[in-house]
Amino acid sequence: MRYMTDRKRATGLGSARSGVQHFWEQRVSAIALVVLAPLFIFPLAYNMGDSYEAVHAAYAHPVNATIAVAFFVTAFLHFFQGLQVVIEDYVHGRWEIVLIITTRLLSALFALIGVFAILKIAFTG
Amino acid sequence: MVQLTLPKNSKIRTGKTWPKPDGAKRLKKFLIYRFNPDDGENPRVDTYFVDLDSCGPMVLDALIKIKNEIDPTLTFRRSCREGICGSCAMNIDGQNHLACIYGIDEVRGDVKIYPLPHMPVVKDLVPDLTHFYAQHASIKPWLETKSSVPEKEWKQSIEDRKKLDGLYECVMCASCSTSCPSYWWNSDRYLGPATLLHAYRWIIDSRDEATGERLDDLEDPFKVYRCHTIMNCAQTCPKGLNPAKAIAEIKKMHVARTL
Repeated sequence: MRYMTDRKRATGLGSARSGVQHFWEQRVSAIALVVLAPLFIFPLAYNMGDSYEAVHAAYAHPVNATIAVAFFVTAFLHFFQGLQVVIEDYVHGRWEIVLIITTRLLSALFALIGVFAILKIAFTG
Repeated sequence: MVQLTLPKNSKIRTGKTWPKPDGAKRLKKFLIYRFNPDDGENPRVDTYFVDLDSCGPMVLDALIKIKNEIDPTLTFRRSCREGICGSCAMNIDGQNHLACIYGIDEVRGDVKIYPLPHMPVVKDLVPDLTHFYAQHASIKPWLETKSSVPEKEWKQSIEDRKKLDGLYECVMCASCSTSCPSYWWNSDRYLGPATLLHAYRWIIDSRDEATGERLDDLEDPFKVYRCHTIMNCAQTCPKGLNPAKAIAEIKKMHVARTL
């Protein structure tokens, strides 16, 4: 127990004057994913049972490739922002910082891998 | 880091079973959390039997009867006995209620009574609400004005006054905040539903001139944005209020002033 008034303890470090941006982006990306996720899966579902080449060609189509890129970027942004909230809820201190940095970098990596794979399919056939 | 088990000295043991009253026909069993900071013992759950034929209808009536007739050491807060002072908030049958306006007949089976969850316990059913009150004070729960004081009162239209309905009724019993998982894990920084409901009450008061500053002070990932719309607050509020809606309105105002 430190000698601190109750009011001082309740005020803490004061307001960070942020949090709205994070909240708003999460809602917008959620709405985007409602549309993007089914559209991203569609070429695969449509060609279910077809050959590897057929599915490959479906994702090489400019429209599908664009949707897929948008999906990967949005999905992993949403994934990171959601996970960040969970980490902030349950983990405090040094581990909170380590986990948030790790999650952020891994999310960016996964998004890049997805985008690269689609671009490779789209541009190299 | 979140602590998922109770510390060793807080583990609850089985306590004393007090004798049944003589000649009683309608007995109700009460299992009540007991903790005495002075005896160095772990908390325990004592068992009491109350004769419903000679007891008032509310859980608080039974607690007072137990204290008067069976065990005078049982400690709890109470005052108005009509749901307006907010003193007797406690966890009854797994949910936070005001003991004075919660009927014994609303509980099926034995009546289990614990102090408000996840607060330091002072003694038995009395939680330490110091931090809760300090958080409430930190949002400046009073009218803030900058214009010169009018000769008579600060005027408010009937419509604007109506916006305060469903907010001003809060009696600060702490049932909502102590039912909120976000408040359990992060009450050091998250203000909790009760305080935020009061914050909103002053934000939408048409006479208050510190709306912007109030929103500034709340714009914080922890002070407000730990609310994940779990809705336990609205579920448990003994006065039937909806703190979750008030918090959502604060978030909407935050967004509105950025777009």
